Amino acid sequence: MSDSPVDPEEVRHVADLARVDLDDEELAEFSEQFADILDYFEALDEVPEIESEPDLVNVMRSDEVHDGLTQDEALRNAPETEDGFFKGPTVS
Amino acid sequence: MSSDHSSPTDDAHNGPTDDTHNAFITESTVEGESEGPLADKTVAIKDNISTEGVRTTCGSAMLADYVPPYNATVVDRVLEAGGTLNGKTNMDEFGMGGTTETSAFGPVENPVDTDHVPGGSSGGSAAAVAAGEADLALGTDTGGSVRNPAAFCGVVGIKPTYGLVSRYGIVAYANSLEQVGPLATTVEDAALLLDVIAGPDDHDATTNDGGAGSDYAAAADGDVDGLTVGVITDLIEGADDDVVETFQESLDELEAQGAEITEVSLDSLEHAVQAYYVIAMSEASSNLARFDGVRCGPEGDREGNWNDAFAAVREEGFGPEVKRRILLGTYALSAGYHDKYYKKAQDARAWVKQDFDEAFQDVDVLASPTMPVTPPALGESLDDPLQLYLMDANTVPVNLANLPAISVPAGDVAGLPVGLQLIGPKFGEETIIRAASAVEE
Repeated sequence: MSDSPVDPEEVRHVADLARVDLDDEELAEFSEQFADILDYFEALDEVPEIESEPDLVNVMRSDEVHDGLTQDEALRNAPETEDGFFKGPTVS
Repeated sequence: MSSDHSSPTDDAHNGPTDDTHNAFITESTVEGESEGPLADKTVAIKDNISTEGVRTTCGSAMLADYVPPYNATVVDRVLEAGGTLNGKTNMDEFGMGGTTETSAFGPVENPVDTDHVPGGSSGGSAAAVAAGEADLALGTDTGGSVRNPAAFCGVVGIKPTYGLVSRYGIVAYANSLEQVGPLATTVEDAALLLDVIAGPDDHDATTNDGGAGSDYAAAADGDVDGLTVGVITDLIEGADDDVVETFQESLDELEAQGAEITEVSLDSLEHAVQAYYVIAMSEASSNLARFDGVRCGPEGDREGNWNDAFAAVREEGFGPEVKRRILLGTYALSAGYHDKYYKKAQDARAWVKQDFDEAFQDVDVLASPTMPVTPPALGESLDDPLQLYLMDANTVPVNLANLPAISVPAGDVAGLPVGLQLIGPKFGEETIIRAASAVEE
C-alpha cells in the first residue's frame, strides 16, 4: 500500500485531458486508489529492454467503392441532428 | 433475482423470461439459416458485439440506447451457420472487470452458487450457458474475459490466437489484446463454435489465415498419449492451496491417459499484470475517446463549450471502473510518463512472448489454474481495484503473447468451480482442444 495519495490536482489535470468531469468524492477516491496502482506499476522499471519484431504486417487492398451506411443509418443513434448532420455542442 | 435489476432505463432488463441470473441485458431472437452446423442451437451474444437492429450496450449507460446499423462479422457467421441468437448478455462495463459487477445493468449471479460472482467480463455469456439459457455463447477476451467466467461458472471457454477471429463490429476496449471467443458446456461444442467464427475477414486487417485447414470440433478426441504438458510454476505460487490441489488432480488425469507432465518457469510473468494494465488502459483511453455524446449517447442539455459538454456527458455515461481506466491510461501516455510506463510495458510484453516461445520448444502445451481463486462472493471485491487486477495474473500473459488458451472445468472446491487453463503455441488451437477434451468426463 502506498503511504500518500496522488495529488488530487494531478488527478484533476488528467481528468481534464481525458474530458471526464469528476465530483469531489470520485476525486478523493481516485487519488487514493491511483497511488496504490501506480506504485504497483513501478515494478516495470526492472524490465530489461527487449528487441522484438512486430507480429502485424501492413495489409493493402484495392481502392474500390462498396456500399456503406446510408445517411439515415449513420444518424440514427445521434441524440441531436439537423438537416442531415450530427449536431454537436458549440465550439467555443 | 427477477424484477429488481438496477438499470439506466426502466425497460432495460427484459432478457429471456427464464433469465433468473440477470445474464441477459436484452432479449431478442434472430433466426439464422435453416441449415448448418449450428442449426437448432441458441447462441447468446456478449453485449459488446454489434447486432444489427438489436441494441448493443457494452453494459454501459453511455450506450443504453445504441442500436448498431450492422452486424459484427462473428454474428453474420453464426447466423450463416444456422445459429439462432437469443439475446445480448450482461458484462462488465466495456469489458472492464472480472466479476460482471461493473455493469450498469446490475450484477449477474453465478448459476452454480447464486451468492457468488460469475466472473467477467463475459459473465452473462458464461452464466447463460451454465444455466442452460443458451446452448452456446460468444464472449470477448482482452485479459481473460472468456476464460475467467468459464472457470468460475464451470463451463468451457476458448481465447483464440490473436488474428484467428475477426474483431469487426466489436466495440473496442484494447485492440491489440482482444479476441472473440466461444463458451459452451463441452469442449467439442466450444470448438464447433470456434470453427464457425474463425478465419480471415477483409474488414479486420489483423486477421490472417493461420488457422487454415483446421477442424477444431474434430480435435476434441481426448487423445493425449505422448503429449507434453508444462506446468507454469510461477502461476501456481500465487494460487489458493485448494485450487492448486484441484488443478493437480486434473493433471493426474492427463498423466494417467499418457501425457507427460513437466515443470516450466517463466521469469517475465512477474511483470505481466503490470504490463497488461498499462497497455489495456492506454488503449482504452484512446478507444473510448469517441464517446462524446454526439454520434450516440444519452440525450440532455449540457452547458458550456464542447469540452465542457463532452466532459459532462462522459461523467454521466461512464461508471467508476471505466473512468479509472481512462484516467490511468491517459496518465500513462502523457508527456513525461510515456517512457516510464507505456514503453516499459511494451518491453515486458515482448519479454513474455519470448519466454513463451522458448517454453514451447520443449512442451506441447502449458498449464495453470485458470483463476488463482474460486469465485468471490457478490459485492466482496468491488472496493479494491488493485486486488481485482491481481486476480488476472494467470490469464493476462496469454493476451500479451497473442496465444490461444482454453479453460476447462477441473473440479470444485466446496462446490465452487475451478478451471484448468491450457495454453498453446500460436494457432495451436487443435492441440489445446485435444488436451482439454481429455480432462472432461
